[in-house]
Amino acid sequence: MNAEAKKYRWIGTRTVRPDGIDKVTGRATFGADFTLPGALCGLVLRSPHAHALILRKDFSKALAIDGVKAVICSDDLREIPPDEAVVGGQPPNFRDMANNLLAKDKVLYEGHAVAAVAAISEEVARRALEAIEIEYQVLPHVIEVQKAMEPDAPLLHDNLRTQGIDPPPETPSNIAQRVQLGVGDVERGFAEADVILQDEFTTQPVHQGYIEPHACIARFGEDGQAQLWCSSQGHFMVRAYCAKLLFMEIAQIRVTPLEIGGGFGGKTTVYLEPLALLMARISGRPVKMTMSREEVFRATGPASGSYINVRIGATSDGRITAAEAILCYQAGAFEGSPVRLGCMTGFAPYDIPNVRMIGYDVVVNRPKSAAYRAPGAPMAAFATESMLDQLALKLEIDPLALRMKNAARKGTKAAYGPRFNDIGYVETLEAAMSHPHYQSKPGLNQGRGVASGFWFNIGGQSSAGIHVTEDGTVIVNTGNPDIGGSRASMAIMAAEVLGIDINRVRPIISDTGSIGYNDLTGGSRVTFAIGMAVTEAARKLVESLKERAALIWDISLDSVIWKDGSAYGEPGGEVEDERKGKRTGKLKAPPMQLSLHDIAKDAARTGGPLSSSVNINAQGAGPGFGTHICDVEVDRDTGKVTILRYTAIQDVGRAIQPDYVEGQLQGGVAQGIGWALNEEYIYNDEGRLDNPGFLDYRIPVASDLPMIDTVLVEVPNPNHPFGVRGVGEVPIIPPLAAVANAIADATGLRMTDLPISPPRLLAALDNQARSKR
Amino acid sequence: MKRHVVSTINGDSMEFLCDAGDTLLDVLRNQLQLTGSKEGCGSGDCGACSVILDDRLVCACLVLAVETNGRQVDTIEGMARGDKLHPLQQRFLERGALQCGICTPGILVAAKSLLERNPDPSESEVRYWLAGNLCRCTGYDKIVRAVLEVASESKERNAR
Repeated sequence: MNAEAKKYRWIGTRTVRPDGIDKVTGRATFGADFTLPGALCGLVLRSPHAHALILRKDFSKALAIDGVKAVICSDDLREIPPDEAVVGGQPPNFRDMANNLLAKDKVLYEGHAVAAVAAISEEVARRALEAIEIEYQVLPHVIEVQKAMEPDAPLLHDNLRTQGIDPPPETPSNIAQRVQLGVGDVERGFAEADVILQDEFTTQPVHQGYIEPHACIARFGEDGQAQLWCSSQGHFMVRAYCAKLLFMEIAQIRVTPLEIGGGFGGKTTVYLEPLALLMARISGRPVKMTMSREEVFRATGPASGSYINVRIGATSDGRITAAEAILCYQAGAFEGSPVRLGCMTGFAPYDIPNVRMIGYDVVVNRPKSAAYRAPGAPMAAFATESMLDQLALKLEIDPLALRMKNAARKGTKAAYGPRFNDIGYVETLEAAMSHPHYQSKPGLNQGRGVASGFWFNIGGQSSAGIHVTEDGTVIVNTGNPDIGGSRASMAIMAAEVLGIDINRVRPIISDTGSIGYNDLTGGSRVTFAIGMAVTEAARKLVESLKERAALIWDISLDSVIWKDGSAYGEPGGEVEDERKGKRTGKLKAPPMQLSLHDIAKDAARTGGPLSSSVNINAQGAGPGFGTHICDVEVDRDTGKVTILRYTAIQDVGRAIQPDYVEGQLQGGVAQGIGWALNEEYIYNDEGRLDNPGFLDYRIPVASDLPMIDTVLVEVPNPNHPFGVRGVGEVPIIPPLAAVANAIADATGLRMTDLPISPPRLLAALDNQARSKR
Repeated sequence: MKRHVVSTINGDSMEFLCDAGDTLLDVLRNQLQLTGSKEGCGSGDCGACSVILDDRLVCACLVLAVETNGRQVDTIEGMARGDKLHPLQQRFLERGALQCGICTPGILVAAKSLLERNPDPSESEVRYWLAGNLCRCTGYDKIVRAVLEVASESKERNAR
């Protein structure tokens, strides 16, 4: 903790999270843990084909089964007119979303939902699924992004014209969009370079891999009022999407958030909720739906797979003069990959005068891609940070020194547009260079790689309410699912401002009917943006408390200060205002004191209940930068890579609860290592996924990893009252290249295709051995 | 035809009727309302439903409910004694060894089972023992540390 943080009582302390006991005792209620009396079981019928026309649907046999209460298909969703497909010009496209929820005339991937049933038991629902008759006409399919871009590729959507090309193309293709951004004159920049390097990279789609499958339960009243209980990354998002898809008014739906068992971006959309609502309306009974793990793999997520071509030029002393990249991202069955974010983030850590990034958003016969932690950035950084490593090798410059030489600093204009304010990238590089890890030397068959990463972080619409109870304890209401300890952060910030013991603060996640609107939990926004709302609400409450004290004492408000959870005042006298750090006078006599408890007790006499609420659209999320050091050992006989040591260094602005900030870094690193070494979707020739389970889709387990050391650099974000920056996204960005760079150091092999699984690395090692003979 | 089963769950004798194909996890969650054991995969790959059957650590999704007849099942709900948390539960809280919390019950049950048979495990032993319990949030660092700390504390306690 730095010196400035010591002035705080709670900020930066490792307090026990308020929801902790529920989560270590099994009491916490997650998505699938909640049920209602009389609930039906809802199940989804999914396409067995990667690409096929739906010729005929027959539900008569299913409906004839005793205990089947509803069968639905796309015919039951009212069509959203094309001009109403998007709201406010922003994604998502609700026509696509409806088509993804229940396929219309075509199925676009194996696992695409075709129909859903609700029945009195799971067993009856399963029989109903089997009794549904769907006649398909199988079409040619395309799984890989480069093949999907070829002129004769099978077309997913007959009417898809590439946007972002002038003039607009006359024929349809699988390329939904072309984006371009940059600065300077790339040709001139390359002309100034002494060294120019170019390489191609591919990454595979990876699933967010949350351990909790999607789950919800819906109830629909005869008066048109609906209730939904579900786990998601944003119950206001669920409410808005369901209302739009089902042509309901937003206030008719009340969504209560249940605990969320991991999301990582994958729960920022809806899959089951509208179906459960629809079947609850039809049946008049609550409908509960839970995905199996197999359904999670076949029909949700993943992060886009990518093909990236990078070219980079530098002077012989290591100054990068130009960089360009072409990024092709798989969107899945519907447009909307995060390729633009890949273009924006790829070279963001560097001050490069000439940059050109071109991105293509490409549809393929896979599930619609979903956000995954720093959407779009890890694949781009895999390519760009691998290139920086190649450049460092070529120029014989230390890879951290090369990054330092080109590092973005305060005032640097980023290639994606803005000029950086206070950022801490250089500080992460300095911390990496002086870290004992970087000072040590790798052994035989071992190697070291470094890589950096950047994420914007976001703010957004946020609401907070603070209520003082009759005995002076405090309820903090917010409306964002607590995905990894945000209740603790909210309690800490409220307790800090109010000056009271943290155990007297109870943070509550409210349902959509009990607090103002909130954007969803994502983009590393909650501790920053909701924390800002909570802090402002607490400050407002302090003003109210001072007013009440002034009223009780019958003195002017100016004569009251708030300190350590109490109002202090002196009749007609002046007081020392420590909070503002300025002396307005001296206390002449023992001051009068009213604690929060005292004021709360008297609230009825002084104007009624004490509470404050704040609604903001938080701006000024400070960008986050991280630098990682990774040591690996390569088994030349098997191609297996062991991570020996890992250090993640990140500018976190201010760590409100360091355990959970470190946890974000460690978890992001583990996911990045999985992306680099193991995780991939294996599709067979028919376009069917062959590994829809955790046995064959292998996420890192405890024995795959070492301890993950973290260094929290704190360069406060000037736009947040406590200096907070979002921390969740950055840590998944550097590991892909850090691992690949370490393998290159250990073996001399530049692995440009992920995952660097044992068979793939073994083949490369064998090739290398053959070419040496 | 429903089967009649009597088993001891968290020390209490419990009776239930189930189909021959019902898993222990189905019965725990849907009949006995013991939802602390989670279903992450239903195929024994994630460990979120880890329970102790007699003295053996098992995935409740891979055990048939009828197999538990006359046997003892310990779940996360039985880990604390009254209002006193198990030292592992306490240490997980103090070390922030959980984020979303969905894998936490399974990991705690698995870790308890480890320490009961190996009170002084090495880091590698902890990592391999917990390799059947997936956690996607934490990177396992704080989990492994918490388990090692509880082990070394109880070693110190026993040495005194």
